[in-house]
Amino acid sequence: MPDAAANTPPATVLMSAEALADTLRDVARRIITGHAGHEVVLLGILRRGRPLADRIADAIESMSGTRPKIGSLATTLYRDDIRAGKARLSAPQGQTHFDFDVDGAYIVLVDDVLYSGRTVRAALDEIMDYGRPARIQLACLIDRGLRELPIQADYLGLAISTQPRDHIAVRLAELDGEDAVLLEPGPAVG
Amino acid sequence: MAVANAVEWTRRHLIGLEDLSREEIELVLDTAPQFLAVQQRESGIKKVPLLQGRLVVNLFLEPSTRTRVSFELAAKRLSADTLTFTSANSSAVKGESLHDTLANIEAMHSDIVIIRSGFAGAAAILARRHRSHIINAGDGAHEHPTQALLDAFTIRQHVRARRDDPEATLDGLRVAIIGDIANSRVARSNIWGLTKLGAHVTVCGPRTMMPPHIERMGVEVTSDLREALVGADVVYALRIQLERQATGAFPSLREYIRLFRVDNDSLKVAPRHALIMHPGPINRDIELAADVADGPRSVILEQVSNGVAVRMAVMHLLANSASVAPEGPL
Repeated sequence: MPDAAANTPPATVLMSAEALADTLRDVARRIITGHAGHEVVLLGILRRGRPLADRIADAIESMSGTRPKIGSLATTLYRDDIRAGKARLSAPQGQTHFDFDVDGAYIVLVDDVLYSGRTVRAALDEIMDYGRPARIQLACLIDRGLRELPIQADYLGLAISTQPRDHIAVRLAELDGEDAVLLEPGPAVG
Repeated sequence: MAVANAVEWTRRHLIGLEDLSREEIELVLDTAPQFLAVQQRESGIKKVPLLQGRLVVNLFLEPSTRTRVSFELAAKRLSADTLTFTSANSSAVKGESLHDTLANIEAMHSDIVIIRSGFAGAAAILARRHRSHIINAGDGAHEHPTQALLDAFTIRQHVRARRDDPEATLDGLRVAIIGDIANSRVARSNIWGLTKLGAHVTVCGPRTMMPPHIERMGVEVTSDLREALVGADVVYALRIQLERQATGAFPSLREYIRLFRVDNDSLKVAPRHALIMHPGPINRDIELAADVADGPRSVILEQVSNGVAVRMAVMHLLANSASVAPEGPL
């Protein structure tokens, strides 16, 4: 599509590295407040939820002196598009792993972008197959709207409204060499 | 970071490893670990909903317990419903043709049919005429692809652990397959699979058990067990079909044991890290010494555990990938 580049508006920076760090510290502070008297565990949704969970755990540790346990959720085996035969299958990028008991746990799910809500739905089903947590909450960096399921974040960095053709690029030093959140608009229609 | 295997699964059936590319074989192996983890869950539900509401039919026209049970468990761990037809109770004994049998199974809306048959080519013939995903669970002396996939998976896991490299491949690995090569679909599928994955395969057995022109499959051939075992990273003993003694292709059992049994004595020339494998069921102290089968190098029971995960991966890929054409070629 030769015209696509010409019609595509430039990317906007939604969060700089500093804003991202501030956001994660703020989320950590609110998680501590929200868990008075309860031990919290973090489950990062792969791939970018995991490094975010690691950083939130760092911040919680530096503020409260206690480091929460962390795990990773792949959610692949519970995705509704796969079960419906609507996903092209290639090698999985990561695997669910955590070494704590979810029975009675106070869990905070961590993901980068909240969009349709279907990944979170899959994550909830996956966790429930391991046991019965006392509570599950959700922390997200960006809520881009366009929900297809009744799901919302309990701890949120930034809410914006987007079009389905837009792309939110969450770049993290651990995976991408730098910290930034960009809105890359899709080609303008018409 | 290594480049991820980006190939997509596009096949409707699994007939043999001869058909698959290296990338496709690796995709199955890469898909299996998550299913191994499902079985190893310490709490909660040891299954996932990927084939919920789908019907998986085992059609076993030859005696087999472990392969049938392995497929059945794999289907159940994917939340599928399962039915099993075995030769003893199937209408095959009443003279019904294979096509009619499968047409009747499909009338019950099967999604995946797993077929074990004594006839080479049975699975491929059914795949051309029927709508279900067909998985070959052994057809005569032709192929037994899921056995070779679980073997390659088991080998790869150990190579990765030994080298402390999560990306390690089978390239350059030396595998010795010992026994009745001519009548072994396990050997044939393993030769296809292992050579595609870059391993160096040597087959070893009595001349009477060696198919003509086997070297054209890219393997080395020897009738000297010692030669096969020198430098072998993997020693794979095949089951000797004792019922074949009557056919004359077989030397005396005593002679087979003396020349070809894998035991601590013959293994002296193999490296200390060599893995001992067998597709089961074992004739103890015939093709494989009992103390070796039970010894520290043996991974025979891991093959069984891995088999369920690998078969889950195969069923999931065949039945769930959006890149699989609803109709069309194998």
